[in-house]
This record gives sequence, C-alpha cells and structure tokens, in this order.
Amino acid sequence: MSLLRIRNLSVEFATASGRFRAVDGVDQDVDEGEILAIVGESGSGKSVSMLAVMGLLPWTATVTADEVSFDGQDLLAMDAAARRKMIGKDLAMIFQEPMSSLNPCFTVGWQIREALRIHLGMGRRERQARAIELFEQVGIPDPEKRLGAFPHQLSGGMNQRVMIAMAIACKPKLLIADEPTTALDVTIQAQILDLLTALRDETGMGLVLITHDMGVVAETAERVSVQYAGQKIEEQRVGPLFRTPHHPYTAALLDALPERATEKHLPTIPGVVPGQFDRPEGCLFSPRCKFADAKCKAQVPPALGPDLGRARCFYPLNTDERVAS
Amino acid sequence: MLNYVLARLLTFIPTFIGVTLVSFSFIRALPGDPIQVMAGERGISEERYAELAAQFGYDRPIYVQYWDYLTGVLQGDLGVSFVTKRPVWDEFFSLFPATLELSICAMIFAVALGLPAGVIAAVNRGKFFDRALMSTALVGYSMPIFWWALLLIIVFSGNLQWTPVSGRIGLQYYFPDPTGFMLIDSLASGQKGAFLSAVRHLILPTIVLGTIPLAVIARQTRSAMLEVLGEDYIRTARAKGLTPARINGIHALRNALIPVVTVIGLSVGTLLAGAILTETIFSWPGIGKWMVDSIFRRDYPVVQGGLLLVAVLVMVVNLIVDMLYGLINPKIRKR
Repeated sequence: MSLLRIRNLSVEFATASGRFRAVDGVDQDVDEGEILAIVGESGSGKSVSMLAVMGLLPWTATVTADEVSFDGQDLLAMDAAARRKMIGKDLAMIFQEPMSSLNPCFTVGWQIREALRIHLGMGRRERQARAIELFEQVGIPDPEKRLGAFPHQLSGGMNQRVMIAMAIACKPKLLIADEPTTALDVTIQAQILDLLTALRDETGMGLVLITHDMGVVAETAERVSVQYAGQKIEEQRVGPLFRTPHHPYTAALLDALPERATEKHLPTIPGVVPGQFDRPEGCLFSPRCKFADAKCKAQVPPALGPDLGRARCFYPLNTDERVAS
Repeated sequence: MLNYVLARLLTFIPTFIGVTLVSFSFIRALPGDPIQVMAGERGISEERYAELAAQFGYDRPIYVQYWDYLTGVLQGDLGVSFVTKRPVWDEFFSLFPATLELSICAMIFAVALGLPAGVIAAVNRGKFFDRALMSTALVGYSMPIFWWALLLIIVFSGNLQWTPVSGRIGLQYYFPDPTGFMLIDSLASGQKGAFLSAVRHLILPTIVLGTIPLAVIARQTRSAMLEVLGEDYIRTARAKGLTPARINGIHALRNALIPVVTVIGLSVGTLLAGAILTETIFSWPGIGKWMVDSIFRRDYPVVQGGLLLVAVLVMVVNLIVDMLYGLINPKIRKR
C-alpha cells in the first residue's frame, strides 16, 4: 500500500478563453521513505498535480480523479476542515521562492511556532525548544538568535532552510518540494538537496521532488516520473531511466544535458509545450518528436507496460524488439 | 529613527510658513473686516473706523502685519480673539476636546466597520456581499455630508425620536468638565443618566463624520487584501493547514494594513474638515463650529490661529503614521 496514491488525476482551469486542462489523467504512487522526482518543462503540470493533492489550487481549478488517497485516507471525500488537520502536519510542502514564501511581517520563529501550536498544541516553552531543535536539524547556525529574525534579514538559502524546518516541524509522512532549489545559487542548491536527502534518511518520510533539472534528479531521486503537457509519459527508477529512456521526450531531455553533450552545440528540443489552443490530436509530443509519423499525429498512444516505463509512445526507444503496433 | 524624525520635522517648516501665509491672506481676501462686522447694519463713521483700525494695527502695510503675526506665532503668541478678547490659544484648547472626542469616535466607528467589511469583501470577491458593500461604500463616499446629516436627523431624531438633534448632553445635566471629554466627565460626575445622554448625543455626529473615512477605509482594505491574497506567503499559510479566518485575519491583514494606515492618516485631515460641517449642523461646540463662526465674524486672529493649529495637528498625525509603518512591516524599518 503506497503512502500517496493518485489515479487518473485531471485538473482543469476556467480561463477567460475557455477551459484549460493542466493535468491530464495522471497516475502516481509514492511509497514511505521513497524519493520520487517529477520532471518536466514549465507548463507540464507537475506543480499543479501536487498542489491539487494539497488542496491549494485557486477556485478557478476543477479537480477530478478516480482516486487520491494519502496514508489510507481518501482526500477526495475529505471536507476542508479535515484536510486542514492533515496538511502542514502529515503532508507538507515547500516552494520555489523562499524569499516570498515567508510572511514578511512576522519573525521566522513566530511562523514556525505557529505550525507547532496549531497542529500539536504545544505550550510556549515546548514550542521554543522544538523550534531551536528544528533549526539545528536544518543546519541554521545560532538558532536562538535567528528565530527572532525577519525573512528579509536572512539569505535565500537560509529562508529555504526555514521553510524546510517549518515543513518538517510536525514530522510529516510526506514532504512535497516544488522546485526547492530553482531560486538559489548552485552551491546552496547542493546543500539544500543534501539536507532534504539527509532528513529523509533520518525521519523516513517520503519525498516528492518537483524539478526541471535533470542534474538534481540524478543526484537525489530514486524513481523518476516524466511529465509532458499534463500527462505522465514515462516512469522508471533513476538508473535505468538515465541509461535506457524509452520515451523520445525523456531521451531528448537527457541529450540536452550539458554533461552529456558530445558535439560543440548543445542539442535542444525544438518548439514549446503545446498550450490551450495548439493541442495536437494524437501524441502530445508528436509535433516536436524526430521519430513521429502519421500514426503518432493521428492517434493517442496508450501507456505501455511497466517493463517499458509505462511510456506513452508507439515507438519506444531502447527496446530489443519494437512493440507491435 | 531619530534622524528620520528630525528630517521630517525640518520639512514642517515650509508647510508651516505656507499655512500662515494662506490663512493670513485668505481671510483678508474676503470682503469686509472685523470692524465693519462689529459695527453691523448701522455702519460706522469714517473717523471712528480709522481710529479703530489704527488701534488694532489694520492701517499698517499688509506685509508689516504679516511679519508681526509670524513673529508672534514663533513666540507662541497666536493673538487675541477680536470678539471674545480671549487668547486664541486658550479658546482652541477649551474647545478642542469636543472635536477630538467626536473625531476619535468617528475614527473608531470607521475603522471598526471598515476593516472587517473590506476583508470580508476581498475574501468574497465578486460575490453579492462584495458588490453590495462596494456600491454602498461608493454612495457613502459621494454623499454630501450635510445632506446625509439632515437625512439622519429627520429619520432618527424626527420620525423615530431615538436621538437628540444637537448639543453634547441633555440640558438637565450640569457638572464640572476637568477633561473636556463629555464621555469621561459625565461618567466621573456620577449623575444618573448623564453618560447615556452623552452617548446618545454622540451617535449621529459620529456616524455622519465617520461615513467618508469608513467608505475609504473599506475600499482601501479590500484592494490591499486582494493584492496580498495572491502572494506566495499566503499559499504557505494555507499549506500549513491554517483556518481561513487565521489566514485572512492575521497573515494577510497584517500585510494589507500599510496602505490602510496611510488612508487612516490622511483621513485625519478629512475628519477635521468634515468636523466643520458636522459640528455646525449638530451645534457641537468644537473647533469646527468655532472656526465657522469666526469666519463670519471676520475674527482674523482666530481663523489664522485655528487653521494653523489644525494644520500642525494633521502634520504630526501623518508623521506618527509614517513611524507606524515600521512597526507593522519590519521590512520598511530598514529604509
């Protein structure tokens, strides 16, 4: 039984120009203590699907799914009050911009102690002690002094540590990190990723890492799910994914890694993710795929078996024999 | 902080001189002068007029008169009322508590209703409550204050007989007024029903004076809240599993308060201007009514002194408001 189980999740936004499907029939499983990376370009729906799990989407969004369950509880059937008891406690999330994700009007200590008071009902002394402990755990030096600081007095990396401390304050079973290192510089990125992995090892929580950085994936993840235009198009363990990607999109993403470049020019994927108005008939990647033929453009490819990474493709790569179509 | 306050106090100097100049020249630009007003319809002989003008110094060149006035003000001498012969300073401070009491009540009324109304409207953006509230606020803001006062008097004092029409307290009550604040003095007097009478006298003037600030505060709170509710830290607050009441009332409102405090500060000026009309309609013995009466009497020293004191008051309040920003949002403190 997986910790987080999502079946056929779709999210639609009502926009001024009609409905836009940001997430399209995504399945996802996260086990206890596992690190799952969700990779994709901007607009591939990776953040939106996790925001839907957290219940943080704006009112313009409509969420439909066959199943969304966390720790054996059905999130779809849950009312808002019951969900509030769960998120921030068992299910926590951190975000891309640490500087703007903390409230500028309150000290970071206040913001952490608030979470402890709301979910755990701790007393004043207990909260302060736990907050100091958390700051030490996420590697913030001089915690007693830093608790009294306002977010603008700390650096981006420090603020992300504060966010992490706040997220793990109530010992969550699953932490969703939405591009936690994108806004930070490279040395700090590595520190934050190490911290997240270390915290996973320490506490045994599951970790969902949303990123568009294949380097981050290689370093941190255990299993990888690749999303494109709202669909999950491939899923493999990290080693096999890097060695034998099955979907042409995954392969193209890997080819675009600077470390892998063999020629003078870095290979790129031409075009952009289809939007609201240029959604193709068949395979969503077909307009940008160098292997696509008439069939790809006309028919929607079904997901293949687990041995082929559940790739949504008629002509998966790195197979000994082409799957008969 | 100290440097900041000193720098701000320096900017008071040109404003201060400007106000003296404007008040000095405007009241003299009006046709007639105090001597003519005093003489009334019977008129006055040329010789007697010249004699009086010389006595009060009005025969001298205008710039000499201004210089006299300005040097007097800088020495703390605002002059003596032409009519009552009492120092302007004393008159101002004997009447000011009445205006202050009314203004404070009006401000409390405006903030107590305006803030929650703005928050609720922002949270329910686009829904019925939001639209109803914002159209009401627009009406409140656009309504002529004297007409609104008369309307309330007709309904609540005339038809329903719930509230008195004018004054600060019922005529049957008499007691010393050490503070000048009727609510406090009536309570201290221990006379039965005095406090209640003072409250009933305050209700209508408070509503009338507070209506425009209420409308402005409600609209400003709404738009500030709408902006703040889209911020990342509100998403964080929601991800913490906080209740909507806590998110809106604490996390969002604290950030939305900065522009709201600004309009509250600016409303002090509006309030004192509105006090002139409101006090006149309700025969409220405050500085508003005092100034209007003085203008009709061409009581030069009172008009000049009153305007100056009110202007200084508004400047000081705005300085305090600027210092409040840093308290609300520590990020501003750095600058």
